[in-house]
Amino acid sequence: MQLSRSARIALRVAAGFGFAVIYVPLVLVLVNSLNPDRSASWPPPGLTLHWWSVAWENSGARAALWVSVKAGLGATAIALVLGTLIAFAVARYPFFGRDALSFVVVLPIALPGIVTGIALNSAFGTVLEPLGVGLGLFTVVVGHATFCIVVVFNNVVARLRRTSGSYEEAAMDLGANTFRAFADVTFPLVRSALLAGGLLAFALSFDEIVVTTFTAGPGIETLPIWIFNNMTRPQQAPVVNVVAAVLVLLSVFPIYVAQRLSADTATGSRV
Amino acid sequence: MALLTRTAGALHRRPRLRLSLLLAAPLLWLAVLYLGSLTVLFVSAFWTTNSFTSEVVKVWSTDNFRELFTTPVFRQVILRSVGVALAVTVLCAVIAFPVAFYTARVARPRWRPLLVVAILTPLWASYLVKVYAWRLILSEGGLADWMLKPFGLSGPGFGLTAAVLTLTYLWLPYMILPIHAALEQLPANLLDASADLGARAVRTFRSVVLPMVLPSVAAGSIFTFSLSLGDYITVQIVGGKTQLIGNLVYSNIELNLPMAAALGTVPVVVIVLYLLAMRRTGALSSL
Repeated sequence: MQLSRSARIALRVAAGFGFAVIYVPLVLVLVNSLNPDRSASWPPPGLTLHWWSVAWENSGARAALWVSVKAGLGATAIALVLGTLIAFAVARYPFFGRDALSFVVVLPIALPGIVTGIALNSAFGTVLEPLGVGLGLFTVVVGHATFCIVVVFNNVVARLRRTSGSYEEAAMDLGANTFRAFADVTFPLVRSALLAGGLLAFALSFDEIVVTTFTAGPGIETLPIWIFNNMTRPQQAPVVNVVAAVLVLLSVFPIYVAQRLSADTATGSRV
Repeated sequence: MALLTRTAGALHRRPRLRLSLLLAAPLLWLAVLYLGSLTVLFVSAFWTTNSFTSEVVKVWSTDNFRELFTTPVFRQVILRSVGVALAVTVLCAVIAFPVAFYTARVARPRWRPLLVVAILTPLWASYLVKVYAWRLILSEGGLADWMLKPFGLSGPGFGLTAAVLTLTYLWLPYMILPIHAALEQLPANLLDASADLGARAVRTFRSVVLPMVLPSVAAGSIFTFSLSLGDYITVQIVGGKTQLIGNLVYSNIELNLPMAAALGTVPVVVIVLYLLAMRRTGALSSL
């Protein structure tokens, strides 16, 4: 399309505004972590690294980080197994209800988090409590795994659809049995998709707050829950600022790696 | 070893067995645990609560839904929530279009992949941190006040406007990405043909570009609409006293779970209706 000079300039300005809208808030979080003042007024009166060392010593934030890592690892492990199993079934076998299954996989992330949250909460209450298992880290992992399955599934199924089953058939023609063909042919083909899906699942779990609110027992505080609980306390504001800045910096990394690993699959979208 | 070989052979001869082994665990998790809990939740919307003991009375009744449609506060909140979701969707589309157009068509080809990464990265930045960023911007004496001060204005503060702005920011990448994908795939010869036939840029945009990109706008709107409709955390943080459906659900959970469940069905039903409406635009196939 031949755009006039003025149209190009207008577009450039509008796009520049759009990118500013995207990045100014994130940069603000980074700058604010260096703000010596407890209030968020702009511009900050100076810059200091003091609060970074205070935050490093903060036991609450550290404990919450540790809980988040454990929950993320647990949920990612379960999601990797279940998501891969479904991906293989959907990509390699025709069966009744295949479309319905692909739909159910997406459901936990498509429905509002609060609906999934209270559904799981009341289910845990009625099923687990009589067994003497209360809400705790375990139930957080179960809740997170439920909505993490979809990102692993999406990555693996996209990879499987692009690689035809004939490689496995060739391996079997050459004498490999089912397990051997999987280990030597199929697994290497999907390995990077698994890694990308796992990274995204971990990132999703690490960031989640709504389902966590309803599945975490008393005393279980993930990092997002910790931020949420401390956000409105003026006393904690500088530490929250630093934790938020760390999260901005950390979130860039897994996304970059995941994109590198699977340029072909749907990493761009969470669904 | 022999056992392994025999198992492999047995599996190879029975594709149905292989399939059921693949599906057993995931189905147990998703169909029994997840769909089971959802079903119980929606059934419990038809139960009631003893107002003295707050205990759930498992007797079938449609009282909750009658209350939902007859109480003015509930009606107001539902309408406000749908309004917020629509406003967020429109704002996202307005901001997303130039960004996507510039990235896909105007920027130098060398820069385009880098710009796509620049759009994608904040998509995965922490949800809570993004909301927190807007809390900082909109707080008293914050960046918004500072920027508007030379014009004699002040920022909107915490309230409905703040909630709409923050939600727009949160879901913006979900709108940019599908529009960008559609614009990128737009065949250049269609645009050339339009120009050859004498159309100027505006006409080409209206008659060629827009009709081909609209399904993607609709696809993006599914995310912006449904994610806004279900949100309650953002409203708690920057919304002041504003209440949306999610907040009503949240405030009812402790004392009246059946009412919370009934309220929870509202966003689900609205989202399903929205999906059905969007299906007619061909949005679902371009997801």
